[in-house]
Parts: sequence; C-alpha cells; structure tokens
Amino acid sequence: MLLRELPIFFRHGRQFVPDLRRGTLPETFPGRPVISPDITPEETLIVAKLCPVQAIGMAPCSIDLGKCVFCKECAFVLPGKISFTNDFRIAVNNREKMIIRQGVDEPVRLDPEKIRKEIRSIFRHALKLRQVSAGGDNSAEMEMNATGNVNFDMGRYGIEFVASPRHADGLVITGPISGNMAEALQICYDAIPGPKLVIVAGTDAISGGIFQNGEALDRSFLSRYPIDLFVPGNPPHPLTFINGILDLTGRK
Amino acid sequence: MEEKRYIELTGNPISLKLAEIPTLEYQMFSNLIDDLMKEEGNHCLAYFLFPGKDRYKFICCMGLDANQTIAVFSHDHPAQENVVLDSITARHFRFHVFEREIHENYGIDFIDHPWLKPVRYPFDRHKRSDIMNTYPFYSIGGEELHEVGVGPVHAGVIEPGYFRFICNGENVLHLEIQLGYQHRGVERLFVERPGVLQQTVLSESIAGDTAIGHSLAYVGLLESLGGQQVSSQVSLERGIALELERIAIHIGDTSAICADIAYQFGQVVNEALRTIVINTTQRWCGNRFGKGLMRPCGTHYPLTPEIETMIRKNLKEVEERYLQITGRIFTMPSILSRFETIGKVTTKQAMLIGAVGMAARSSGVTRDIRWSHPFGAFRQIHYDPVILQTCDIWSRVMLRKMEVERSIALIRELLDMHELTGTPEKPRYEFHLQPDSLAISLTEGWRGEICHVAITDDNGKIIHYKVKDPSFHNWMALALAVRNQEISDFPLCNKSYNLSYCGNDL
Repeated sequence: MLLRELPIFFRHGRQFVPDLRRGTLPETFPGRPVISPDITPEETLIVAKLCPVQAIGMAPCSIDLGKCVFCKECAFVLPGKISFTNDFRIAVNNREKMIIRQGVDEPVRLDPEKIRKEIRSIFRHALKLRQVSAGGDNSAEMEMNATGNVNFDMGRYGIEFVASPRHADGLVITGPISGNMAEALQICYDAIPGPKLVIVAGTDAISGGIFQNGEALDRSFLSRYPIDLFVPGNPPHPLTFINGILDLTGRK
Repeated sequence: MEEKRYIELTGNPISLKLAEIPTLEYQMFSNLIDDLMKEEGNHCLAYFLFPGKDRYKFICCMGLDANQTIAVFSHDHPAQENVVLDSITARHFRFHVFEREIHENYGIDFIDHPWLKPVRYPFDRHKRSDIMNTYPFYSIGGEELHEVGVGPVHAGVIEPGYFRFICNGENVLHLEIQLGYQHRGVERLFVERPGVLQQTVLSESIAGDTAIGHSLAYVGLLESLGGQQVSSQVSLERGIALELERIAIHIGDTSAICADIAYQFGQVVNEALRTIVINTTQRWCGNRFGKGLMRPCGTHYPLTPEIETMIRKNLKEVEERYLQITGRIFTMPSILSRFETIGKVTTKQAMLIGAVGMAARSSGVTRDIRWSHPFGAFRQIHYDPVILQTCDIWSRVMLRKMEVERSIALIRELLDMHELTGTPEKPRYEFHLQPDSLAISLTEGWRGEICHVAITDDNGKIIHYKVKDPSFHNWMALALAVRNQEISDFPLCNKSYNLSYCGNDL
C-alpha cells in the first residue's frame, strides 16, 4: 500500500528552506522600514496623524517597530520618503533599538550587552518553549506553529514548542494580554523551571498594537519580568522569529 | 390591513434609517419571531440590545434566505434595573447565545431560559462580581462519573479556552465550554476609535485567521453607510482574496486533522500546500493572512497580470497535489475508521442550535451567505453551496476537500472576469456616514456567516458596533459532537470544527 504514496512523495519533493539565515521574501513583504534623511517635519506630521497605532515619532521622524502594524499606509502616502524593505531580521532584545530613525539604513541587531549570560551557556544547543496566547488573534499563533512545519523546520536547531510548561525553558507570549488571561499567563510562567527566558512575539504582545491602552487588557505581567526578545510583526513572520532566537542563543 | 411588522431589505451590505425600523410590543416581537421561525430558511443574523439614553432598543435582524432579504424589527423598552422578559430561547433554542449576551452585558433577565450562562466575561459586563473562576458549570452527581478539565492553556500552540467534560469511563456524557479568555473589547474599540484606518486594522484583528472575511464585512458596512460603490474590478479582487483565505485554511485544517489521527505524511504534504497558498497571498499584498488587502473604496494592491499569472500557476499546482493526497486520505481504511460515524451532529441538532457555515453545511443544512445573500463579486456569478448529509467527521473533512475544489474553480471564474483597467482606485479614509442609521454587512468567511452591524448617531458617528463570528453559534455544535463519544476523539472533533476563540470573545 505504501506504493500508492510514492507518487505523492515525489511530487511533494523537498520543501524545507535550506538556509533560514539568508532566505528571501517577496518585495511586497514589509520588513525593516527606511526613512529618507530629507523627510520634512510637515510630512512627518501627516503620516504621524495617519498612523493607526501612533508608531511614528517626530523630530527626528521615527517608526517604532514595537507599535507598527506594518500596514504600510505611511509608505503609500510618502513614497520615496518612507519605504519598507523586505529585511525580515528585525527581532531585538532592547526596546529602544526598535525605533528606526530617519536616515538610518542599517540592519537591526541584538544588543550583546543585554543578553543574560545564562542564555548562551544553557540554551545554546537546545531550547524548549511554551507558548501562551493571551488575546492573540490566532495569526501569530499560526505563524508560531509554522516555525516548526516542513518548510521552516525550526526543530533542526533543537528549538521546539512543548506542551507542558514543566518541560519548557522559556515562555513565548502572543496577543495584547487580555485581563481574562492575565492569571493563567502568570500561572504558566511560574510553572516553568528556572532559569527561563521570556519572548514577546508580535506587535500586539510588544505594545498592545491596535488594542493598545484598551480597557480590557492587563499588561502588568510585562513590567514584572525582564523581556529577553521582542519579535515585531503583525503577525511575526516565522523567519523573523527563528532568526531572533538564533541570534539570542548565539547560534551561527 | 395589518400594520407592517418588519421591514424587509434587499441587498448586502445594506443600511436604513433607524426611524424606518418597526417597533413592536414585546409580545408581538416574540410572536413575529415564532412566525418567521416556521420557515426553515430563515435564521437570526443578529439580535442585540442598543442602549439609548433612557430606552433599551432590542433589534433583531433575520435572514430570509428564500427571498434573499433581511428582515429588521425591534422592541423598545424603558431602561431600568431588573428588566424581566419572556425568553425566546425557551421556544427557539438557537437564540440562546444572543439572549445570554444581552443578559451578560445589560443584566436583562430572560424567564425560562434554560442556559443563561456567561458568554465571554466582557470588561464592561453588567455584573462585575462574576469572574472567570466562578463560572457555573453543569455537574452530575454519582460515584461512577468523573470530570475532566482542560485549559485555558492547551497542549498545542492555540488560543485559550476551558473545556470541562463529564465522563462515564472513556465515554463523554457532556462537554461544557467556557470562553472569554481572549476578550479584548473589540466592539467598544470600534466606537472609541473613530478613525476609519484604525477601524479597518481593528477589523483585521477580530480573528487573524479570518482577517479577509472580517475586514471585508467591515469595509462593506462602511461603504454602505457612506453611500459609496466600488468598481467591479475591486469587488472581484475582494472575492478572489476571500476564496484564497478559504483554500489556505481548509488545507491547513486537513493537515491538522491528519496530525490528530497520526497520519504524518498527510500532515506534512498538506502543510506544504498551505504554505504555497498563503505565500501567494503574501506575494500579492505582503502579508500571509491578507492583512492590508481590504481597504474602503479601493485597494493598494491591484491585481496585476503578473499576480494573476502567479495565482493561476500556484492554484494549478495546489489543486493537483491536494487532490492526490485527499484521494489517498479518503481511501485508507485506517483513516476512514476514525472519520465515519464519529462526532455526529444531526441535521435536526444543527437546525436547533442555529449552526452556520461549514458546521451547518456538513450537517445537511443549507447556509451560505454567498448563495443566500450574495455580496460583491458573488452578485456577478451564481454559487451553489456544497451540502453533505452524513453529519460526521467524514463529512466535515470531505466538505473541506470539495470546497477547496469549488473555490479554486471560483477564483478562475473571477479571474476570467477580472480586467485591470486604468489607474486602480485608491483607498479612502475620510467618510461622511449617513446619520441615525443602521447598517448590516454579511460575508461568508471560511468558518461561515460573518455579520457586522453598526448604528450611527445624528452626526454620522458610529455609536454602536456588533460583530458576530460564525463561532458564536458553532461552539455549541462541538459540545454536541462529543456526546457519547470516546474522550480520545475530542481532539479530532475539535479540529474538524476549528472554531475561533477570539471571534467569540471579541
């Protein structure tokens, strides 16, 4: 009976992305933005007013990747002044570094000073993560699932999502953290044995995104513990997530 | 001559002046529902309470499938503490969730409601002392029985929700589902954030797996209230995007179902096919879930000939390979034994609970907005829904396979009609909305019927917004599906519905 699967198997072929570090995404993919150095304050004001999540700062003009929902509306209004490259390596460990200022066109990288020592010594070769969706809209959750699928195969690095927090080395939070989920999130964090890391994935989780300052949220968890990695995106692309973790744990 | 009891609207999306809605005494209102419910094709699209200054207005929107129309009528009640009304649910169970929602939000009591339990614990609920941990679970005494609690955090990377089973050995007698963990206050945010772009982005986040379905409902609603029309070109593109979303999720679900019955080969092959479809959407608009594609009055991403060629090429590839793998799935005895007669929800039950979308169609109930209330691109073509009669997991998986085929054919048809002419219309975010009006917009997302309703004040500002995801009705179908099944079949039943937590919790 296995013979009947052979034609499917051949047609399926090889699906995995061989080099996750240097994969390419289509031109339309909104990754790291670049703001032209000659953008005027008047132009900045126009896009700052337009931005649905107040991600654009004035003087100098800047875009906060932790707030940005990557709708690209600012780039449509000011083509040539603001553009989004398809550079997907935008995960960082320092909230400050997520603010891209005008005239800056260089890769976003982790701040080596801020990486806790035990992360690289303990989690370098294997990392098990417990994900908690706290008000996530299921797009970030589906992208987290996709990191382990046949295409991205994060498992090749020994990095996996696990069912029990007791088996996990860290917590991945998606969603803006709804008040109704705050307690369960805390219980899950407490159940993970130390040392443990905390990753927030997606704009919703980093800043609340479109839900920021919503009355139904309770984001106090994030002020209680250090955050080891911020993964921007709406939802974060699997390549952004995987590369962020590889950078954090010091992998090639 | 009898006074008109309801106003019948033709078209979708559609808006009308609030003053045009007939207001009935509660007894009349309730009798009218009885009368409308006699017709099998009629189903409740939305029933909610709109709180005025000192009046409660109960508004009911009923879909009359046979006429392709929407009936709207209302009941007016002075706003006071301790409002007590006769329950409609007592006679028509499918109203249970609407009345529960009204009870939870405004404290209205419904006499004889059999299941007046919390829906989602919204932050602005009537009774703040009710909290997630005090949910009144149903329980049965007896030493032979035991309870199994699961959640809110589940084993997989999925959204949170709490399930409590009452079991006799391996056999499930009853499942109760407690939701609300995902509540973000979406409906309130639509009112508090008046910017059209903000609202559009918000509509994409109601349920990220249905970003296109929900944002399409929102932009349709806005265009109707703003008296705007979009070109046939844009509406065809919206139809194509909606069907791409359906194909991607259906294939992903096929993969997840294979995973749950330990057919890893099927899981992996389908997973790869889903990637092709969502990458097609990504190539078109930059986002794998189609966020950014739906914009009011126009589009940033016109469907160029290059994109069209890519869609056709990828769909051909996906179609061939998907038929190959599903051909295998549906002939393997070890798989069929997990599908057939498992997780049954009969046609009668599906009607009773008011199931919509896939949950209805796989149980022999004809519910499809593309067919009954055609919108946008579906006005230009005729769509016949897929209806299956076996009511079990087999029928829900088969429905996905057949709908994928149907949607691929549909996209080809829409692409044939599509023509890129002149400069495409750009989106607009400045609107003057019709004042003192109600608008209703329906779409058929991949899960089923999505309904958005908005009410504007005398300045044309949105002051009330209602969202209904198909899961709002369909969670009850899952609870019924596992009755008298082995508890080990629960994951499979759950995946076969793949319902939305955040769509319910809002």
